[in-house]
Amino acid sequence: MSPVGLQHFLILAALLFALGLIAVITKRNAVTVLMGVELIINAANINFIAFARYLDKDLDGQVFGIFVIIVAAAGAAVALAIVLNLYQRMHSVDLDEADSLAR
Amino acid sequence: MTTFDVMFYLFAAWTLSSAAIMVFARNIIYNAIGLLFTLIGVAGLYVMLGADFLAATQMLIYVGGILVLLLFGVMLSQRFTGLEMRTDTLRLWPALLVCAGVAAIMIRLIMSNSWSVSTAPEMAPTVKNLGLLLMTDYLIPFEIVSVLLLAALVGAAFIARREAR
Repeated sequence: MSPVGLQHFLILAALLFALGLIAVITKRNAVTVLMGVELIINAANINFIAFARYLDKDLDGQVFGIFVIIVAAAGAAVALAIVLNLYQRMHSVDLDEADSLAR
Repeated sequence: MTTFDVMFYLFAAWTLSSAAIMVFARNIIYNAIGLLFTLIGVAGLYVMLGADFLAATQMLIYVGGILVLLLFGVMLSQRFTGLEMRTDTLRLWPALLVCAGVAAIMIRLIMSNSWSVSTAPEMAPTVKNLGLLLMTDYLIPFEIVSVLLLAALVGAAFIARREAR
């Protein structure tokens, strides 16, 4: 087994990304889909930090990682607000039922 | 196998198994708890990559903030009639096939590319340099992100509020 390097982290991130993708495309509950999105964002962030450490040897990748976390927090807040609004209108967070613009 | 390798495989197994629980569990609370442990595992991986400040940020914002927000979302969007808190999956097997294909392609690409990697530098504290970067090279994005956070705060409060009837 080769010593742990950049490729190991990249493969781990790819697997996390695939798991997040499964959650996004199969789950019917909107909150669970959001959890899948968070998983995908984390996979991308691991790639940023791994490249920053092994290729760039600089802190720019980590700064981008911080920005990614901040924007993910803002996105999660707005997305959950939308989910709650959806629940008030439709009395359900099943994405299959959210197919109407009518009140 | 050095200690670093052992730690990596431990954290990798931890992260992937809890991510699998998050994806495949049927109970939505189990999903959230699986995500919690995944995020903690990712913070551990950040530490292994020498990103100490980022690991702390991950714990504070993701585990302390976003996950609590998601749990609020779960609790506020379920009808507690009985103990039914399931999340159905839709067409699981085709999705598994597609995602396995995507993962296989990515892993093949990663393995076939010869990254011009030299040995990683010594781990050093990053907080001071990160702060300097944020206040010099990345000052504009830093300010824009603060405005974005304000907009998200106001927007979320506006969207989620109950409409007066």
